[in-house]
Amino acid sequence: MPSNVSYGQKASWGLTLAAWGGLLFLHVPILIIFLYTLTPDETTYTFPLPGITFKWFGVALQRTDLWRALTLSLRVAAVATVAALVLGTLAAAAVYRSQFFGREAVSFLLVLPIALPGIVTGIALRTSIGALDIPFSYWTIVVGHATFCVVVVYNNVLARFRRMQGSQIEASMDLGANAFQTFRYVVFPNIATALLAGGMLAFALSFDEVIVTTFTAGQQTTLPIWIFSQLTRPRDRPVTNVVALFVMLITFLPIFFAQKITAQSADTEGGSK
Amino acid sequence: MTGQTQSAIRFENVSKYFGNVKAVDQANLEIRDGEFFSLLGPSGSGKTTCLRMIAGFEVPSSGHIYLYGQDVSNLPPYERDVNTVFQDYALFPHMSVGDNIAYGLMVKGVPKPERMKRVDEMLELVQLTGYAARKPSQLSGGQRQRVALARALINHPKVLLLDEPLGALDLKLRQQMQVELKAIQKRVGITFIFVTHDQEEALTMSDRIAVFNEGKIVQVGTPAEIYEHPATAFVAGFVGTSNLVSGEVAKRITGREIRFSIRPEKIHLGTMDTNIEADSYSADGVVRDVIYLGLYTRYLVELNGGGDLVVVEQNLKTTSMDVLKVKGQAVRLHWKKEHIREVGGS
Repeated sequence: MPSNVSYGQKASWGLTLAAWGGLLFLHVPILIIFLYTLTPDETTYTFPLPGITFKWFGVALQRTDLWRALTLSLRVAAVATVAALVLGTLAAAAVYRSQFFGREAVSFLLVLPIALPGIVTGIALRTSIGALDIPFSYWTIVVGHATFCVVVVYNNVLARFRRMQGSQIEASMDLGANAFQTFRYVVFPNIATALLAGGMLAFALSFDEVIVTTFTAGQQTTLPIWIFSQLTRPRDRPVTNVVALFVMLITFLPIFFAQKITAQSADTEGGSK
Repeated sequence: MTGQTQSAIRFENVSKYFGNVKAVDQANLEIRDGEFFSLLGPSGSGKTTCLRMIAGFEVPSSGHIYLYGQDVSNLPPYERDVNTVFQDYALFPHMSVGDNIAYGLMVKGVPKPERMKRVDEMLELVQLTGYAARKPSQLSGGQRQRVALARALINHPKVLLLDEPLGALDLKLRQQMQVELKAIQKRVGITFIFVTHDQEEALTMSDRIAVFNEGKIVQVGTPAEIYEHPATAFVAGFVGTSNLVSGEVAKRITGREIRFSIRPEKIHLGTMDTNIEADSYSADGVVRDVIYLGLYTRYLVELNGGGDLVVVEQNLKTTSMDVLKVKGQAVRLHWKKEHIREVGGS
């Protein structure tokens, strides 16, 4: 990307200032969270810090409610992601490969949950799950998350299918490969990076989801909900900050890698023509 | 297998509809073992659909297709001993050239040492020795074309299908590949079925040609038969250039109510005092246009009393100065009676 900026023309100082201002506004609050994981003062945000301590990391480690929330979140995100990978790929393949009645409608309905406010999805799910007399549980959270995770995978994979030369599949079958072999040796390598990127994004989305979870969870507390509930307990604020930092890392890394991967494959595909 | 009369491919009343569109209409065709056979026609004439039905990508709506006597009409592509060179080559971008070529063997479970040996043989056949490790994106169009050919031939198919494989190449490379394809076909001895809309390409390469128009096979024959004895006005017009003469003009020239075609190179350009032999037809007219094309010159002659004819003469003794002077002059055209072809409707 730096190679693109080879116009030899410098941005005006006003634009530079605005850009840096924007970046600082977005990221300074995150630094503040990091800063206040180190404060010895447990209730207020005083600056400068009265001292530096790492004890809150220890306290966080001891909290079993926190660990339960974290494992639940990881389990939900993992299963929702797997479901999204399978369903999203199948849906993308169907929409790409075949013409059927209602194809456009299916495409639209799949994308809808991500456009719809989470609160609407949440209420809708709660009402229908309640009406069906299904007890709220781990699985209802997973289903709730899958609704918007599928879209992410679907969009990524469909875009990749559209860039893929369709005759490759015919060539594979022509050379004697059955449907399974064609998927394994030709289709999968073509969409692998799209799956990885879509899957990581889906995981990150699920991991920090609050609204839909609030409506679809029973007694369970996922990590974001746990953090949310901590707001009312000012005494534990530094612990919450430690957890927030942790969540940030868990969601940031997948998104970072997802971007790297898609950027890379875009480069190689651009080079092939 | 039973003898030389065994046909490689046989179409028996094959039709194919896409919705209400009749892509192929009652096609009957017999392609012989070891032949270089071309399916020639304008786009949308049904030739590619026929090829795709042989490959198994399309299933006939009615009729049967036989591959060496076996009815393959409903077999999936991977159960037919037929391989295809695609118009866009369809190479697998994530695999090396070697892996692309070995693909057919790999999915059949041929062990790796054997695969590598056969890949080397194929690379030699298409003159790409040493390219096995490259990626398709690192090759030129002509080289990709060769890889596609090697990949399709490695399984030793009974029939090789080629879907306008030379369309994307520039003229010089295309002519070179025409010669090479023909040589490779001779070497491997496999039946080649070649789809093209380029009549010159079909005439150059084929043992026999089927001419398609609007979903129907209008003529099957050797290049010479098709060129010299076009069965219909369409074939006469599509294969090479041809003058099609009908109605009043035809009657005036021949004295009969017929419709005939005459190739431009068979017509001689004479002066008004030329004597016409009994075995020839003639027509008088004025040269309206002269196009000097180096090797030969094309004249457009407007006949007295309506109609016009295109005449082509080689520039054996004439220069551009000489031929351009002919424009506007009155001429007497004459040609041997045996050179006209009476043709039916379209």
